[in-house]
Amino acid sequence: MDNIEEGDYVEVITDKGTFKGVLLPKPKFSKDEIVIIKLENGYNVGLIPKEVRLIKKKDKKIKAEKAVKLEYSPDIPTISIIGTGGTIASYIDYSTGAVHPALTAEDFLFTMPEISDEANIQSEILFNTLSENMKPEMWIKLARAVKKAAEKSDGIVIPHGTDTMSYTASALSFMFEKLSVPVVLVGSQRSSDRPSSDAYINLHSSVRVAKTDIGEVVVVMHAGSSDDKCYIHRGTRVRKMHTSRRDAFHSVNSKPLGEIALDGNIKFFKEYKKTDESTELRDKMDERVALLYYYPGMPIEIFEGVLEKMHGAIIMGTGLGHVSSEFVNSVKGMVKDGKIIGMTSQCIYGSVNMNVYSTGRELKYAGVIELGDMLPEVAYVKLMWLLGNYNFEEAKNMLKKNIRGEMEDRRFLL
Amino acid sequence: MKCGLEIHQQLNTKKLFCNCDSKLSDNVIGEVTRILRPTQSEMGEIDKAALQESIKNRKFKYEITDNSCLVELDEEPPHELNREALEIAIKVALMLNAKIVDEIHIMRKIVIDGSNTSGFQRTALIGVNGYIDTSFGRVNIPTICLEEEAARKIKEDGKLVVYRLDRLGIPLIEISTSPDMKNGDEVKEVAEKIGMILRATKKVRRGAGTIRQDINISTGQGRVEIKGASKLNMIPKWVAEEENRQEMLKNIAEILKRRGAKVEDTIYDLTDVFFNTNSKIIAKEIKRGGRVLGIALRGFNGVLKNKEFRLGKELAGVVKVIGIKGLFHGDELPGYGVSEEEVEKINKILKLENDDSFVIIAAPENKGKTALDIVKERAKISMKGVPGETRAPKDDGTTQYLRPLPGANRMYPETDIPPIRITEEYIEKIRQNLPKMPEERIDDLINMGISKQDAHTIVREGMDDVFEKIVKKYGYPTIVARAITNGCEDIDYELIFKALHEGKFAKEAIDDIVLRACNGENIEKIISGYDTSIDLNEIIEKIVNEKEALIIKRGAAAFKPLMGLVMKELRGKVDGKLVSEKLREKINEKINGNSQS
Repeated sequence: MDNIEEGDYVEVITDKGTFKGVLLPKPKFSKDEIVIIKLENGYNVGLIPKEVRLIKKKDKKIKAEKAVKLEYSPDIPTISIIGTGGTIASYIDYSTGAVHPALTAEDFLFTMPEISDEANIQSEILFNTLSENMKPEMWIKLARAVKKAAEKSDGIVIPHGTDTMSYTASALSFMFEKLSVPVVLVGSQRSSDRPSSDAYINLHSSVRVAKTDIGEVVVVMHAGSSDDKCYIHRGTRVRKMHTSRRDAFHSVNSKPLGEIALDGNIKFFKEYKKTDESTELRDKMDERVALLYYYPGMPIEIFEGVLEKMHGAIIMGTGLGHVSSEFVNSVKGMVKDGKIIGMTSQCIYGSVNMNVYSTGRELKYAGVIELGDMLPEVAYVKLMWLLGNYNFEEAKNMLKKNIRGEMEDRRFLL
Repeated sequence: MKCGLEIHQQLNTKKLFCNCDSKLSDNVIGEVTRILRPTQSEMGEIDKAALQESIKNRKFKYEITDNSCLVELDEEPPHELNREALEIAIKVALMLNAKIVDEIHIMRKIVIDGSNTSGFQRTALIGVNGYIDTSFGRVNIPTICLEEEAARKIKEDGKLVVYRLDRLGIPLIEISTSPDMKNGDEVKEVAEKIGMILRATKKVRRGAGTIRQDINISTGQGRVEIKGASKLNMIPKWVAEEENRQEMLKNIAEILKRRGAKVEDTIYDLTDVFFNTNSKIIAKEIKRGGRVLGIALRGFNGVLKNKEFRLGKELAGVVKVIGIKGLFHGDELPGYGVSEEEVEKINKILKLENDDSFVIIAAPENKGKTALDIVKERAKISMKGVPGETRAPKDDGTTQYLRPLPGANRMYPETDIPPIRITEEYIEKIRQNLPKMPEERIDDLINMGISKQDAHTIVREGMDDVFEKIVKKYGYPTIVARAITNGCEDIDYELIFKALHEGKFAKEAIDDIVLRACNGENIEKIISGYDTSIDLNEIIEKIVNEKEALIIKRGAAAFKPLMGLVMKELRGKVDGKLVSEKLREKINEKINGNSQS
């Protein structure tokens, strides 16, 4: 097998007969003795070879002319696409089955050429990462790229992996005090190499939303399981609430800002902030903030251990905002030491209220800040941003105040 | 002629990639609407069939049933391959003398007609290089696959197609033969034999639509696939008709070549010709704003329709699928209300000469133009011969154009499911427990005392285990065979024969009970209606007394009509032998009594 490599046309001789096909790369978890080939009929099979013989070396890769031509038109807006990776930006190599990222604007538009009729597309690929690998330093990089792009375009679309898209949305929401263009994060729950992918409608809708006067960071994703409309979610209100469904993204404790139909028609449900003259960025983050999920039986050493080196923490407490009453003294000590501790609820839906039960009252008295109906992840990002850009007292005050639509006073049944 | 078969058989397990029941359901509990987009491959190739589907720009509505979950909705990744279904597929592959691959890789086969919510069908190659021996010789079976069934099409309404998710994901075994068969009878035999092997696993679904056959027929030019040729007895007819059609197309191509035929590009608007037409179809179309468009077919006169040639039907077929009904051609006009004068005008406008002909279509302008472009393409192909295409079988033995053949399968790996290693030990374990081959089972049943024909029928229907179990327990082989061969497949025969064995009714009642049970009546209720405590003597006495005159007149010959009356009254509640003994006795008593007096 010396001079044989992946992609070559080979003959595999086995106990079961001789098979001809294209040699494929071995997936990480395939058994060692197995050789995988793609047969003439298109099927891949794994075989235990007695011998593998080369029939024909693979052709030098011929890249097909891509049908999309990007021409600038002065009559339509210019939209910047900033790629970060994730499902929406992954494409499959049909010969090997390997998934690879979209690298250029042409890649994005390859299967969705209609978009170029509605906007001049500029693009850059900032990262190519799975969204679980995102971290605060990347949010900062992204924010700087957004600021730069805002100077030369009318709207910004950021394809992003869905797992942590809402964290990124929050981070950008807080970092931009002012926005001169809409910033739209978009993802997909079905990869764009499948005919049923939600990527096309989500991306198309996000480009259209990027052409509006929304001066906020929003997330555009499928509204339901049907391919009929997308919701426009406020970046500080949205959360991924399902592992796999197209309509996984929900605005929690609040209505979405609006919805956009397939024909591009937008219906708003809420007031939104209009675009500003300029874009202002405060891009520091204090990474010494913890997000801590309390559970029954959590040892106090764990609680104290997690918070020990932190400047602040957001607790996802039980119900209306509680942890074990045995933690009260410990909390009191930490607050006295200058840590900011905010309370949110693991119920996700509803507001915390620490006046109802004695534990809540004691925690509040010990210095825990009640964070209303703010999402735990949003509170976590917000505290990082506050500690990065403001002094302790300012940060403490601003944490419990609504600054980017992340908290509201009124919640409704319907 | 070369024929190949592709057989699809549903399995009676849970679904292939989720834990839903494999059944059809009318319990629709919701719906979603989706759009599918063809994905271009890296090389920029566009699949022909995929393109035709996407031209239609359709929306798909999916009806959610009680036996569908997020997996069928394409809202959750597939679960691991159902192991029971895999085992059945391996069994079938081994019974077809195939080799099992060492590692199974699940693939996605692109299908964008909406029948799969994902836009692809998941399929895996399980066995290779099998064969089956027939009375005509050996037929090779290069591949045996396990795949997921498509959603069930409920209706098609313009640009909206409605599918139901009940059927999506039911496991299917796909068996493909080589084009080794040379006539329809051979195809029928292979289909029947493979069907019997499938049913021998006792794990296949039964009933309409659970097994489907596609026949591939080639006479040296394009390959034609007859899709859904499910009626075994019709196979020879379909094959023969298709062979004739292909020969006809080849002859037509020869004629057209000789004549130097030509399909002209220009589309003429002939609406003015039909200003006062008597053709109802055309008049109606013009009235609602449509146009009559036409093309010239140089050298096509006579091949469109005469005693031997029917190319016109082929041209009409390719546009019928896009909803065009008003297509007429030169060989059938004047006719259908189109006058000679109108035809003359067409001849003049299109400058037609002796060997030339034409096609006209009455339709909305854009649609008509699209349709004529398709007709032109098809007419050009007719100068070469037989195009490869997919056709639907009809009950009269002919077939009808459906769509072009799909291009080479566009397949790529299902990355959501890891490959499955199949060890030799596992294959050996399955091999040790293979069901007997159908031929052996037929011999088993014959040895239990029934005719070869009944044995064959019972094995073909997959009822051999049921038969064997009942006969071993209760006996009555010929009666059990008759009940099973006459009855339906899903009733509890054992319950019936247990009751017979316990004397709850007489064997004469079996036909009646089976028939009623097959009509959905509860078996226990039917049986309880047979009251064995009935006083046989009383009934015979009553009838003999009523028909005294007949007995006096005809003597012992009155037995036959009276037996009929008694049995009718008893309706199988008492054994016929006993009844006839008693009846003879009574008749004799009557005769003797009368002669004494």
